Amino acid sequence: MTGSFDFVLSLGDDALIAAQRLGEWTSRAPEMEEDIALANIALDQLGAARLLLTYAGELEGAGRDEDALAFLRDDREFRNCLLVELPNGDFAVTMAKLFFLSAYQLPLYTALAGCADERLAAIGAKARKESAYHLDHAALWVKRLGDGTEESHRRMQAAVDEVWPYTHELFAADPAAPVDPATLRADFDATVSTVLAEATLTRPETGWTPGGGRDGVHTEHVSYLLAEMQVLHRAHPGAKW
Amino acid sequence: MYGNDFSAPDDAPGGGLLGEVEAAEAALREAAARARRGGPAPDEDLEAYFADVIDADQKIEPRDWMPEAYRKTLIRQIAQHAHSEIIGMQPEGNWISRAPSLKRKAILLAKVQDEAGHGLYLYAAAETLGVSRDELVELLISGRQKYSSIFNYPTLTWADVGAIGWLVDGAAIVNQVPLCRCSYGPYARAMIRVCKEESFHQRQGYEILHTLAHGTPGQKAMAQDAVDRWWYPSLAMFGPPDGDSTHSAQSMAWKIKRFSNDDLRQRFVDMCVQQAEILGLRIPDPDLRWNDERQAYDYTQPDYDELMQVIKGNGPCNRQRMEHRRRAHADGAWVREAAAAYAAKRSANNKEKVAA
Repeated sequence: MTGSFDFVLSLGDDALIAAQRLGEWTSRAPEMEEDIALANIALDQLGAARLLLTYAGELEGAGRDEDALAFLRDDREFRNCLLVELPNGDFAVTMAKLFFLSAYQLPLYTALAGCADERLAAIGAKARKESAYHLDHAALWVKRLGDGTEESHRRMQAAVDEVWPYTHELFAADPAAPVDPATLRADFDATVSTVLAEATLTRPETGWTPGGGRDGVHTEHVSYLLAEMQVLHRAHPGAKW
Repeated sequence: MYGNDFSAPDDAPGGGLLGEVEAAEAALREAAARARRGGPAPDEDLEAYFADVIDADQKIEPRDWMPEAYRKTLIRQIAQHAHSEIIGMQPEGNWISRAPSLKRKAILLAKVQDEAGHGLYLYAAAETLGVSRDELVELLISGRQKYSSIFNYPTLTWADVGAIGWLVDGAAIVNQVPLCRCSYGPYARAMIRVCKEESFHQRQGYEILHTLAHGTPGQKAMAQDAVDRWWYPSLAMFGPPDGDSTHSAQSMAWKIKRFSNDDLRQRFVDMCVQQAEILGLRIPDPDLRWNDERQAYDYTQPDYDELMQVIKGNGPCNRQRMEHRRRAHADGAWVREAAAAYAAKRSANNKEKVAA
């Protein structure tokens, strides 16, 4: 990977696409309290995305603001990991995605909070508190569903199995980045092992390890996601909202 | 929270109504400080005592005796209000994924989240009357209790999000501000909080329309189209004309309701005219004009036959809204069961630990 623009952009895209997917749950959650919680987490992700994309635009120096980056790039220019763009699936899949994402984002933002780049450090300091809550929330659901009923156990295990392959991309080494993602792996593994064990779930074997998001090579899903997200903005070029 | 980071234009509405909410809140505190009579005497007629509390503009609280019809009316009204908040998440939620800027997306997400919060808060107020949230949710899903008919209209463009904020939330506030003085304490207190947030939503909606109306010709046309479609359904939100309203008289006597449907509708029209002028948008009523004698605007009534049709289930989106809610509830059943099973296991484990 190259300079800090790409790094910041990739983190911003992770947060943006995660927010977009979480927002899809609005008015559809299993409980009213959960509707509020998911919207809250979506808002946190969106807030982080806005800070990161704004900063990425400044680093690039080409005059692109958060909206230009969010609405006027094509799918091959997005740098998010594949994990966040996967469809929501059932509630277990959504919780598996959120659990793995926040188990990665928490050590990432924590490390960023202590990095030399002041802007990134400030964003990390703010976002890590939110990530701690996301991780807490997702881990609790993974445990409830894993150790709940027979059906919920089956669904949660299936969700973990389905999503697990996409976690490896998160930790691809990038020694030049402000925080090398490879250094976050141990923290992630420890969190995942503890929670899955408590949830009476089995951690999948590592076999297939899809990737490519950081290079703009995505799943087929992302183009549909962007088509929906960008449609209105693109229909009115130059308009202010 | 993210998303509340815009500044409303100076001419944004809501100030007067917000002032009324604050006055109601002050009155509530003052009534509480005056302390009610220390409860009915042992041989006192409970009904007379209840009437005294109402007459003294004090609040009935959950443990007080109340006429069964008062309790039922309140349950029906508060539940209907709660259901409206929950169903109301759908038409606006429809635009979260396509909001045209990240700022607007954040504001809209936060707003729809607020509605879920209002729903929860109102269900809790209803529960103080001896009915459970599960029962009320069941009444909604089975179609035995209603929600506001306004949410059976579709949100076809982004400008509809603005029109809902300005007109629908505006009408809701005009309806709800008097409820801040409702005789039932928990409802009055809930309404104070709800109205404060609603007035914020109304400003946001107004701001969306203001931006569109001062934007490109395409945006302006979108805004006008939305106002054209939402104006009359918003007027209908105040319910049938006074002569046809079945619940009004008794509710007025109990101080649950404090103004008639037509009075509130008039207040709303008078409020909107000036705001529409500032927006630069036209209210779609050729007969709208100031009446010097009445010191109010004359206006065309909404189509009450259409309102009746929508109430009966024949609006554009009744089936869709109900199906959406039923599906979310059904799809979530296994999750709620799992949470209950997990909680039961935990509490059994804790008991074992205590016993050991």
